[in-house]
Amino acid sequence: MSETAPRVGLFVTCLVDLFRPSVGFAAVKLLEAAGCRVAAPRAQTCCGQPAYNAGDRHDTRTLAAQVIAAFEDFDYVVAPSGSCAAMIREHYPALLADNMELAARAEALAAKTYELVSFLTDVRGMTGVEAAFEGSAAYHDACSGLRELGIHDQPRALLATVRGLSLKELPDADVCCGFGGTFCVKYPEISDTMVTDKVERVEQTGAGMLLAGDLGCLMNMAGKLQRRGSKIQIRHVAEVLAGMTDEPAIGAESARAKKG
Amino acid sequence: MDPSPRAFKANAREAVLDPQLKRALAHVKVGFIGKRAKAVARLPEFDALRDAARDIKIHTLDHLDLYLERYEARVTAQGGQVHWCPTAEDARAAVLSICQRVGAKTVTKGKSMISEEIDLNQHLEANGITPVETDLGEYIIQLRGERPSHIIAPAVHLTKDLIEADFRAHHRHLPPERSLEEPRELVEEARGILRERFIAADVGITGANFLVAETGSSIIVTNEGNGDLTQALPKVHIVIASLEKVVPTLEDAATILRVLARSATGQEFSTYTTLSTGPKRPGDIDGPEEYHVILLDNGRSEMLAGPFRDALRCIRCGACMNHCPVYHAIGGHAYGWVYPGPIGAVLTPGLIGIEEAGDLPNASTFCGRCEAVCPVRIPLPKMMRHWREREFERHLTPRAMRAGLGVWAFFASRPELYHRVTGWAMRLLAMLAGRKGRLRSLPLAGGWTQVRDLPAPQGRTFHALWAARNKRTGT
Amino acid sequence: MSAGRDAIMGGLRRALKRGAEESDAAARQAVDRRLDAATRGPVPARAQVPPAAQVDLFEAMAVEQAATVTRIPSLEAVPAALADYLKAANLAPKVRLAPSPDLENMPWDSQPLIEVEAGRAQGSDQVSLTGAVAGIAETGTLMLASGPEAPITLNFLPDNHVVVLKASQVVGAYEDGWDRLREIYGRNALPRAINLITGPSRTADIEQTIQLGAHGPRRLHVLLIEDTEPGPRDDDDGP
Repeated sequence: MSETAPRVGLFVTCLVDLFRPSVGFAAVKLLEAAGCRVAAPRAQTCCGQPAYNAGDRHDTRTLAAQVIAAFEDFDYVVAPSGSCAAMIREHYPALLADNMELAARAEALAAKTYELVSFLTDVRGMTGVEAAFEGSAAYHDACSGLRELGIHDQPRALLATVRGLSLKELPDADVCCGFGGTFCVKYPEISDTMVTDKVERVEQTGAGMLLAGDLGCLMNMAGKLQRRGSKIQIRHVAEVLAGMTDEPAIGAESARAKKG
Repeated sequence: MDPSPRAFKANAREAVLDPQLKRALAHVKVGFIGKRAKAVARLPEFDALRDAARDIKIHTLDHLDLYLERYEARVTAQGGQVHWCPTAEDARAAVLSICQRVGAKTVTKGKSMISEEIDLNQHLEANGITPVETDLGEYIIQLRGERPSHIIAPAVHLTKDLIEADFRAHHRHLPPERSLEEPRELVEEARGILRERFIAADVGITGANFLVAETGSSIIVTNEGNGDLTQALPKVHIVIASLEKVVPTLEDAATILRVLARSATGQEFSTYTTLSTGPKRPGDIDGPEEYHVILLDNGRSEMLAGPFRDALRCIRCGACMNHCPVYHAIGGHAYGWVYPGPIGAVLTPGLIGIEEAGDLPNASTFCGRCEAVCPVRIPLPKMMRHWREREFERHLTPRAMRAGLGVWAFFASRPELYHRVTGWAMRLLAMLAGRKGRLRSLPLAGGWTQVRDLPAPQGRTFHALWAARNKRTGT
Repeated sequence: MSAGRDAIMGGLRRALKRGAEESDAAARQAVDRRLDAATRGPVPARAQVPPAAQVDLFEAMAVEQAATVTRIPSLEAVPAALADYLKAANLAPKVRLAPSPDLENMPWDSQPLIEVEAGRAQGSDQVSLTGAVAGIAETGTLMLASGPEAPITLNFLPDNHVVVLKASQVVGAYEDGWDRLREIYGRNALPRAINLITGPSRTADIEQTIQLGAHGPRRLHVLLIEDTEPGPRDDDDGP
């Protein structure tokens, strides 16, 4: 790799780390294809959203300090999640504005933190991918990515270049799926109503696959689709863009027993 | 349904199981959202107007004391009277006093959320005065003894059949075999009945969308014309408004009016926008002889002092609840008080206390749709998060949640320990799920698995795999 | 009540951290300046067109909101135009007029079958005829002002409201309407009621379907007089 290739710190996100590392590896593949050198610092666990949205600023600041320390020396920080990227980009500065030690460092980190797909298109100028996938897919706009980071056209633009993939527009694609972190377990009936509305829309498109850029939303929708017996495959958009769709889809049966 | 924010969870559970409510709320989703989008698309200046409206409100709130002084001076100069009411009780007493002084028997009312907030109708009735709601939606829910479920469409939770049943039950003087099949017939019937009440009323009470400091005017915005009949026919016109309704000039009112109707119903402009300034003038041959403004605080000056000031920008358009997926799921009554939806989640704790209304700012995914459509750009999710911080600081957050957060934060701030523990946990979970790839149930995860499967983890964590990869490649 | 005022003002001043004389003076100046200047916000471009186009826009927007509009050449043509309207709408030939000389002095003799009475509206009136202060092209909105010659019950009680509006009264935007009011009444001395009326009364409270004639008039008809006086200035102020 050339010496001018930017150093990207991969912000893995806790859900990708714990539930679906293949998304992280798809992100690495895409970033390297875009000419970046990727490292995933080990001293990372979570961006602090769960504490932040629960009103626990203290624990959030502790985790934010940890994230800043782990990532501030990279040229860019990229996360395969709109909500985690938005947490760092849009919320860390305000969260730490009155902290003498961290305020400036938070601003600096925020300025170079991006969600994965929009980083590829808006910063690295990627206009297409090499991947192929035969079939149809519907794309759900995760709320944070859409409204806090303006991610809408970019994933659709890249998906349009996946050979064989036909993208079906999802009505109400921009309506919340009902995940909302702890919301889905604190208010299960409301969440269920919202996710039911969402999956009915997805089923009505007739698409064989559902994609999005946030694993929380995807697990929520996958869990509901599968409880209803749906055969729709659910994947993170990075997996399709990276051409890494050999792994079983989210919540899907495996071809043979997985070794731990 | 229990009219209390404390009952939110139970109310919500009841609401999502109500098929008639679901049918009624479907109209909200399709109607209001589509209409607003069309109106916005038609006006290129819409976003610039939102910015201007927000700035007007911010400036006014920053100088609220001074504008209220100016406003009062102008009202008085035109022959009106301002009554400053710190509490709901003060406001009720002030209204009652005026009504009793003029010997009022019936009072007509234009739609006013403030009058709901202070429970005015009950107070008047308890003192032998009959309040008659004249906004059609308010009239219908008055018959049912219900609160409004939406701030501009109070009866939005009702289907036509229910309304027909109510009319038949309450308008017993009319021939029972009459047809009430069509909405047209229901409107006609209400029109006829309320026409008599308008003419007979001794006092007319309206709210105010705006109070204009420059001219001492109150502005109401209606489509029916009921607010105008309410204020013009009786001898006395009482305006009930909260402090933050004041705007500086007529130009400022015009700016905000341009975004109000478009945000609320998708109309270019409401049918009737009326500026009322004082009582009738010498020579006027109609109009009220007395004009009173009840200025209500009821917690607003406190909100002005803190991080919730931005919520006082609200112009009561209802766009936030029209676009809120939580509101779509449960309707307005589940919120248990006067203001539903996202603005309700922010205002209610400020006005009646976070202990009473704790669930409201928590029942949100922070999807941000409300803020995206708010004509004065109130950062509603941020305000809701502030309330959650208040709860956390005061240990109002449920203990299990606090404890869970504490445990999780302990591990999350110790990466190596975290990686080790999560490594084991995910391996275990993957084994439990086996080849199925998902779990139908899981201890401690009942909230999730009640209604959806839990996708299994792939088995090893990213960090474990990444470390293994680096070992292999020697990086 | 002054105790209430003190309590509220005290709360507000504390919330706004008032106290230091300097900051108070600066704040008062800011308020005075803003009230004086009455600066406009963004004014939609659609309203900023030449006068003739404004009249067309007014008509189009009013009709869109379910008003009806008939253009007539002069004030003298009003009685005949009203007679036509009443006949077409199958209404009894009876009208309650606003007691203004302009309207009362129209050639009603030419329409002897129409029963004309002036004054405030009675509950049984079916048709009213009023003038207006201005027509606002931006949204097809009529601006009416109360006064001894303009009782506002005429705008709301009868089922049918007919408004005589001159083309020369049409302005572009709401702010132009406020300027008209200031010209007529001076600053800060508005009449009791200013009614901005856009189409007939309506409600959507029953299953979100629009019904006309909720409490106010079912029908709003505008007799638009194409007077040849020059319209409002071409040089409308921008934002």
